[in-house]
Amino acid sequence: MSTLHTVNKSPFERSSLKSCLDHVSAGDAVLLIEDGVVGARKGSQFAGALAAKNGACAIYALGPDLAARGMKASDLVDGVKVVDYAGFVDLAAEKSRVCAWL
Amino acid sequence: MSETKKKFLYVNRKAPYGTIYALESLEVVLIGAAFEQHVSLAFIDDGVYQLMDGQDTAAAGMKNFSKTYKALGDYEVRKLYVERESLDERGLKVENLMPVTYEDEDDDYAEKPSLIVVDRAEMSKIIAAQDVVLSF
Repeated sequence: MSTLHTVNKSPFERSSLKSCLDHVSAGDAVLLIEDGVVGARKGSQFAGALAAKNGACAIYALGPDLAARGMKASDLVDGVKVVDYAGFVDLAAEKSRVCAWL
Repeated sequence: MSETKKKFLYVNRKAPYGTIYALESLEVVLIGAAFEQHVSLAFIDDGVYQLMDGQDTAAAGMKNFSKTYKALGDYEVRKLYVERESLDERGLKVENLMPVTYEDEDDDYAEKPSLIVVDRAEMSKIIAAQDVVLSF
């Protein structure tokens, strides 16, 4: 019955990531896509907020969007998992609903 | 008409007029209502500005679509959830919002409020209870 939340904006530009993290329920998944992936970078201003939710929720970042921005899995906040497009589809299919934070 | 009736939540997070999101959301809300689905709306972050009372777009030269919210009751859209923290952060009070009501046919068509102020934790539960969430 859980939800997949997607965030596609940089947290440095919009409040989408903050709003998303404020509204997730335990067991939900958060997938960072497009410019949203910059929020997952280790040492960034949002690393703490992301790490605080990682556990109750699973946090993912989309690999192709990371690669396009010169980022690797090792650059991410500990525990953030990288998925490819097929992984994105799997997440969407396994959750009961998708909630996009624009 | 439709055999499957699902719970649709329209999440509104942007102020009106600066972008097309708020107006587009209303269009899609009315489509959802026309297909006789369970439709409710959520107003989070700057989305609460969509419900401000006394919107006057004449000088800005834009179409004022704020009256549409008041008509939603006629389309069986009766739940407009407004997030309390989003109002507080913006220095807004529920008194600053336009009155939105519906007529309850089970109660001699009494006018009842459609705006429901909820806190952030309640909003999370509302999202978790939907079949479909559409974001604007």
